Amino acid sequence: MAEKRKFTIPIGPQHPALKEPESFSVALKGEKILGVEIKLGYNHRGLEKACESRTFIQDIYLIERICGICSHSHSTCFIQAVEEIAGLQIPARANYIRTLVGELERVHSHLLWLGVAGHEIGFDTLLMYSWRDREVVMDVLAELTGNRVNYGINTIGGVRRDISEEQIKETAKAIDILEERTKYYVEVAQQETTIIKRLSGVGVLKHDDALRLGAVGPTARASNIARDIRKDDPYAAYAELDFKVITDNHEDIYGRTVVRLLELMESYKIIRQVLEKLPAGDICVKAPRKIPAGEALSRYEAPRGEDMHYVKANGTEKPDRVKVRAPTLANVQSVKTMLQDRNLADMPIVIAAIDPCFSCTDRMTQVTDLADNSRQVWDWEKLRSHGIEWYRQRGVDFTALNNKLKQRL
Amino acid sequence: MSVEEKIKQELLAKFTNIAADQVRIQRARRIFADVPLDDFFSVLDYLIKQQKFTQLSAITGMDEMDKITLVYHLAHETGIVFNLKVAIARLNPVMKTVIAYYPSAEIYEREIMDLLGVQFEGLPEGRRYPLPDEWPAGQHPLLKDWDPSILDKK
Repeated sequence: MAEKRKFTIPIGPQHPALKEPESFSVALKGEKILGVEIKLGYNHRGLEKACESRTFIQDIYLIERICGICSHSHSTCFIQAVEEIAGLQIPARANYIRTLVGELERVHSHLLWLGVAGHEIGFDTLLMYSWRDREVVMDVLAELTGNRVNYGINTIGGVRRDISEEQIKETAKAIDILEERTKYYVEVAQQETTIIKRLSGVGVLKHDDALRLGAVGPTARASNIARDIRKDDPYAAYAELDFKVITDNHEDIYGRTVVRLLELMESYKIIRQVLEKLPAGDICVKAPRKIPAGEALSRYEAPRGEDMHYVKANGTEKPDRVKVRAPTLANVQSVKTMLQDRNLADMPIVIAAIDPCFSCTDRMTQVTDLADNSRQVWDWEKLRSHGIEWYRQRGVDFTALNNKLKQRL
Repeated sequence: MSVEEKIKQELLAKFTNIAADQVRIQRARRIFADVPLDDFFSVLDYLIKQQKFTQLSAITGMDEMDKITLVYHLAHETGIVFNLKVAIARLNPVMKTVIAYYPSAEIYEREIMDLLGVQFEGLPEGRRYPLPDEWPAGQHPLLKDWDPSILDKK
């Protein structure tokens, strides 16, 4: 047998929708990953600098566009810091509406992730199912805020739109449908041997490694770290709501799947409580245009984990410094550990499993043969097909499960 | 006494050259402290080992015209964040790396290196972040007096 040569495969850079786009360079020997180099910053847009030359109100809209999925997470995190500096007490009703939109955002993000994860491993019926259901929550968001993404509901001092009795009823109905569907996905994840076999022991991140590398969100919670800003450092209305922090001790992608699915169930619980307890009153207090000098640090549990904003004001209408640390930047450090000595076939799902915002785009993969420096170009689809086929030859085949689920459609 | 107040008092008792008004409890779970550069590492060591601030949320760097300020956002599992602030010289700013304490600090330090020009002693060679490879040397966009028109010149 010919000796296996070492290959280096650069993957990325890619997607314009991210704060932190990622480019991976993978050193391979045969199928085995020897090491991963991560190059970040391809699409750094200088948003922090841009914030300094705009007013606080303009910055809300800029910051809402850091991410197309966690837009509400970023804008809430930012205005919480500004409100703390300005000493504003925002009305309870506004806090509840922020929580409601935040949880709806988590539901749409987790359902989107479930579909992407299904797609990467060749379980496309799951993608069709979960993205169909995701439309239910997208419709609710559009109804409540006027937009499917970038809701524009936040303003300094509260929220910009109230919600009506009618909307509360419609939202509750939608949550019933989603809960019923999610229960079925939990069942699929817990009982179907193909999915358990494919995801178990893949993308392993040991508890100690997760702590050491500062992992956040579902990535950390699946390594049995009960780290959730909603519980640890409550903001908006979370201190008054009853919910559990979901953890799991599988330390792998299977664990991350279970955590996200069970978190969906907790989100429904939170949304129901918000709808029932929504306090009457104003939705906004008047905020000054000029924010007094001061500094604040705000944290928010985004769907992908802890989002952190530091804001420094200097008494003018523009901030002196806005620092944003999105959850993917904290989690991407763990990817190296997850991929070390694993198979190339696992790469799509391992990267997708930290839910790095870029899962929905085409990425080019360049295969360099180090022996003669010839290059082959793979797109993400080819890498994904390679992963699915590699596992099919080894007995992990989703055809039967896809067909089984299709019969329920 | 609140946990935040207890942390503050214990810190002040241990480091007698830090004045009481340099440690502020802004609200529940938020402590801000300015420490001199000379004491920075002993305070950091103490906060990690004795007070168990085991997670580094991020490092913020900012240009305050007469100095560069670094804010280390240290998180505790109880939700308390200790914002440890240290000022360094604005001209040829140098700081020692904290990757021995927090391996995750590497990316935050590289970011400050690119955007503010701070050199981190002890940080191994590696890829820059977040500016592109062909970015002109000595241009650090987060400095207040940085002129973006450099980008228009060919």
